[in-house]
Amino acid sequence: MGVTEKKQLMSATEIDRTLQRLAHEIVEKSGGTANLALIGIRRRGVPLAHRIAKAMRGIDGVDVPVGTLDITLYRDDLSKVAQHPVLHSSDIPFGVDDKDLILVDDVLYTGRTIRAAMNGLFDQGRPQRVRLAVLIDRGHRELPIEASFVGRHVQTSSSEIIEVRLSEVDDQERVMLVERVN
Amino acid sequence: MPERLRHLLAIEPLTAEQIVFLLDEAKPFQEFQRYPLKKLATLRGKTAALAFFEPSTRTRISFATAASRLGADTMNLQAETSSLKKGESLLDTVRTLDAMKPDCIVIRHSSSGAADFVASRLEIPIINAGDGMHEHPTQALLDALTIRDRRGSLEGLRVTIIGDILHSRVARSNMHLLGKFGCHFTLCGPAMWVPREWECSGLRVRRTSRIADALEGADVVIVLRVQQERLHEPALPLDEYILLYQLTPERLRLARPDAIVMHPGPMIRGLEIDPAVADGPQSCILEQVTNGLAVRMALLFLLIGTGSESDQPKGSTHAAD
Repeated sequence: MGVTEKKQLMSATEIDRTLQRLAHEIVEKSGGTANLALIGIRRRGVPLAHRIAKAMRGIDGVDVPVGTLDITLYRDDLSKVAQHPVLHSSDIPFGVDDKDLILVDDVLYTGRTIRAAMNGLFDQGRPQRVRLAVLIDRGHRELPIEASFVGRHVQTSSSEIIEVRLSEVDDQERVMLVERVN
Repeated sequence: MPERLRHLLAIEPLTAEQIVFLLDEAKPFQEFQRYPLKKLATLRGKTAALAFFEPSTRTRISFATAASRLGADTMNLQAETSSLKKGESLLDTVRTLDAMKPDCIVIRHSSSGAADFVASRLEIPIINAGDGMHEHPTQALLDALTIRDRRGSLEGLRVTIIGDILHSRVARSNMHLLGKFGCHFTLCGPAMWVPREWECSGLRVRRTSRIADALEGADVVIVLRVQQERLHEPALPLDEYILLYQLTPERLRLARPDAIVMHPGPMIRGLEIDPAVADGPQSCILEQVTNGLAVRMALLFLLIGTGSESDQPKGSTHAAD
């Protein structure tokens, strides 16, 4: 099984502009940033959360704390994983109790990752509110989960894959639409 | 990523890469022990059989707690109450356990090789929790995790082991593990307890019966329990052992100032270790216990938490990568 690149969905500039907009929306719709914190879902949600936090500093001068969450232990498909999964530490350097949290991920697809993330989050306390910000919403939900902040909606077929490539993780900066070919 | 592990029977056959992977996998579980809510559902519906054919308190509790925090259930077999007393063979006992369909068996047995024997006859993953004088791999892993946390690395450390090394599966597993990272060993104790078996092992091993020699420049000091039942084999009076081999604050000053002190437990204060050392800033004895949970959670997760069906593509959840 291989993959072919179909087209570029976002350039580096477009990613940046979208994150700026998301940062503005979050500030605007939060009614104050005092209680706000961002939680990046490993792996690519983490650099995105840091970038949004940086953009928010530029808007309001507010320092919004950023945590990271590894959801591997909360996945619902571990019985189908043949390789040993690589675990990473979650690092949430603040108590989540009564916080106004924004989960950040790159792509919203089935919603299962977000379900896992919420379970992981609630193991650490009881946030006052949890919202979700994603760079891309590609549809095909399997759970009743929606994002509060969406960078871009993209229509996809289930054989397509959206690859968000970020300079912190990958050696390039863009969003690609890729197709699985048998 | 190293090849998928099926069992954990011993440290000796593992590669340094596999060991580093296991230690890295234990890191998130170290952090997990600080969560207010120490319960995962990751192994919900799985069962770990704990087959302890030899008395054990701490290792059994550690495995049982690790399983429980991952959401797994345990089946307990203890030597004192089991049919072993009635003469059932090891194989029949584990086959009976296996027939109750656990997902793995954690086994401790007084015979070296017992875990291997069981692994070769059953289809499910086996974790060796100590077999005779052979190995105690999870102890070596938790020790390595503790050392790596305190010293930053395992490479090339000077490791001193004091006590009954001959009969110690803890010492043997630790040497196999740390030897893969180029550590130098000094083995110290009464001559009858300091084996020569390592001389041809390719490891850098020095033997001495003088504790002052042994401690000089050490980075890590591992104190072993004195099995009092062995002191008479040949006779060694207890007070003489204390005089010659007890780790005291004065003696510990011969080691590096940042040396760490470890003990696999159960420790007897005032025998092999001075209470001031056991409770001192260089002691990591309680960290070892906490790290034991982390290592055992990681192992249970790896061995029974994921499917072993081959070539399954990454799930549709877009989850980990």
